[in-house]
Amino acid sequence: MGTATTNPNVNYLTEFSGVKSWLLSLDHKRIGLMYMIAILFFFLIGGLMAMLIRLELFSPGPTLFSADTYNQVLTYHGAIMVFMVIVPGIPAILGNFFLPLQIGAADVAFPKLNLASWYVFMFGAILAFSTLFTTKIDTGWTFYTPYSIKTGTAVITMVLAAFIMGMSSILTGLNFIVTVHKLRAPGMTIYRMPLFVWSLYSTAIIQVLATPVLGITLLLLVAERVLGIGIFDPKLGGDPVLFQHFFWFYSHPAVYIMILPAMGIISELISAFSRKTIFGYRAIAYSSLGIAAVSFIVWGHHMFVSGQSEIAGVIFSFITMLVGVPTAIKMFNWLATLYKGSVSFESPMLYALGFLFLFAIGGVTGIMLATLGVDVHFHDTYFVVAHFHYVMVGGTLMAIMGGFYYWFPKMFGKMYDESLARITFVLIFIGFNVTFFPQFILGAMGMPRRYFDYIPAYESLNKISTVGSWMISAGFFLALYVIIRGITSGEKAPANPWGAKTLEWQTPSPPPHFNFDKKPVVTGGPYDYT
Amino acid sequence: MTTHNPAAGGHQHSHHFDSAEHEYESDKLGIWLFMVTEILMFGGLFVAYIIFHQIYPEMFAEGAKQLSWKMGFFNTLVLIGSSLTMALGIYYNQINQSNKAFWNLIATLALGFVFLTVKYFEYASKFDTGFLPGKLLNVETVQATSQNLGMYFGLYFCMTGLHGLHVVIGMVLIGWLAYRTRRGDFNSEYYTPVEGVGIFWHIVDLIWIFLFPLLYLVG
Repeated sequence: MGTATTNPNVNYLTEFSGVKSWLLSLDHKRIGLMYMIAILFFFLIGGLMAMLIRLELFSPGPTLFSADTYNQVLTYHGAIMVFMVIVPGIPAILGNFFLPLQIGAADVAFPKLNLASWYVFMFGAILAFSTLFTTKIDTGWTFYTPYSIKTGTAVITMVLAAFIMGMSSILTGLNFIVTVHKLRAPGMTIYRMPLFVWSLYSTAIIQVLATPVLGITLLLLVAERVLGIGIFDPKLGGDPVLFQHFFWFYSHPAVYIMILPAMGIISELISAFSRKTIFGYRAIAYSSLGIAAVSFIVWGHHMFVSGQSEIAGVIFSFITMLVGVPTAIKMFNWLATLYKGSVSFESPMLYALGFLFLFAIGGVTGIMLATLGVDVHFHDTYFVVAHFHYVMVGGTLMAIMGGFYYWFPKMFGKMYDESLARITFVLIFIGFNVTFFPQFILGAMGMPRRYFDYIPAYESLNKISTVGSWMISAGFFLALYVIIRGITSGEKAPANPWGAKTLEWQTPSPPPHFNFDKKPVVTGGPYDYT
Repeated sequence: MTTHNPAAGGHQHSHHFDSAEHEYESDKLGIWLFMVTEILMFGGLFVAYIIFHQIYPEMFAEGAKQLSWKMGFFNTLVLIGSSLTMALGIYYNQINQSNKAFWNLIATLALGFVFLTVKYFEYASKFDTGFLPGKLLNVETVQATSQNLGMYFGLYFCMTGLHGLHVVIGMVLIGWLAYRTRRGDFNSEYYTPVEGVGIFWHIVDLIWIFLFPLLYLVG
């Protein structure tokens, strides 16, 4: 087609102007940025909640607020971070922006549906926040029965909000699957797709297959509250553990919705900043699909102590450990890519290396928790909290930050301040370890999660953890400043500042409205650095 | 957002597709993926049904006895018939006979309406006799032997209710198709929406074919 302009001053940001040109835009790049603004805002709120939690736990006894308020803050922190930040984060922002660019397409397969997904997401988010002004919910983000049936708070509104945001997630996943199948540029065979695309594709499969089950679970919870149909209520002959089965049948695969795209970003970063062909391309690509497949049959490890049968526990324990295999394959290949590469340490690469370090800890502690006998001790302690924060924050958020810096020049056509960006890494990386490493020890000492109080023996480690949370937030606020200053007064970015080989770097920064001036024809792989 | 591309056979397609055929295939893949999500969503209800049927077979039998299998069977025939008229609606659009296509879509709409009418009478009789879902069902009023009969009717109303909602959505979409068929939007080159809604309607039909024996006959 190549009907777009060749004037270098006209790009997707400048070709149209006005609020309406954004709110009604069908351009995947603009929709990606709209997601970015919304999700950054939600991240700010969820992050402030985290700060409040840590402040409350600074010393034993009531520090800031009551136990009831603590339960509410804890619930909103979890629900916001899971449903509004980490699940949609990478696919909706960076995936939307770069999936079509990386496969040489002019847009996603269904641009209108893409815009609709954003509105559905925003509607769900607003509904969720509306509960802050009615009765704040206090169930924890998992909405476990029977408490979620009994509590007199706005569970129904919150659950419907999660249902609606789930719909948005399904539509995004559906859009990506069709885009990958149908819109690859000529010559873009599946083995020439960047690994970020592979990981988004695997994620999309989970989004499409798992999210509907969460949807019906949440609807049944609503029915349970309104009609008392009794399937989750032991008083009426129902089974509260069934809710956990249903819930984790979605929510465990959802954990991989959170981490798979992060792994995709890491593959891009490691290769680009080692100036070396990625080691084991196919192994990394298929391990994404492998993780997606195994993710559906491990949900029972959330119920080792919920009264499921012992044999089920043993089987789920074994299958859960299998997740370690494709994950370790990826780790191995990333390290092998670094070997004898021309490694340089720009801030995206620092985040990628930080990911390797933190994700290794998160992964290995995951294996510990998968071990049935060990989990009985660690279950519902801070060990679990530390584990999933190492994976979700140390893994996913590190990758988001690395990805943001890496693609920032392409998204905005400007460069950010590299030395400040490195400082953000130092603050976040050190702060993160200071916050969460003590929690492993606290968990091993037996400190239960979700409680607003603790015995004096846990005090010093909790104080260290809270101080760490101040460092993390200083790092994120500085990162926000780096981004804003980069957008407003950064130097002009060249088309390919990192010398990377994937397609998005072969078009101007920022890209024109239709992505490429001329429809690209692909003749080589995504990581041909030789 | 559409551009005219004479090389692709002289009809409209969106700018990011190579041809109308390319767009048609993509749309169809999208619709099938959406159907997968529908089946998985109902799947959760079917799993709940299977588990509790296993635990409380007598209670399920007692509940099923209260339903009229004749009405359920009649509705099954109605929906199968509507799938036939829907398929004909697609077929006649594909061979440029939009008048016949239009009347088949109207027939589908009418059969959907018949289905909902029968459903209305079924629901009304359950409401009148007190067979309400969950805690609303008073075991003494309806003289039930199973103490948790409310669970059966909870599942019954959830499953048929969610299905009924899909029938209503399908009817709205079919009405829209009939209008567009009359307007002459569809021909042998372009009939994607008719086929898409058709797939949706068949899946809704198929779900009923599972609901009917599970709720009315098994017991």
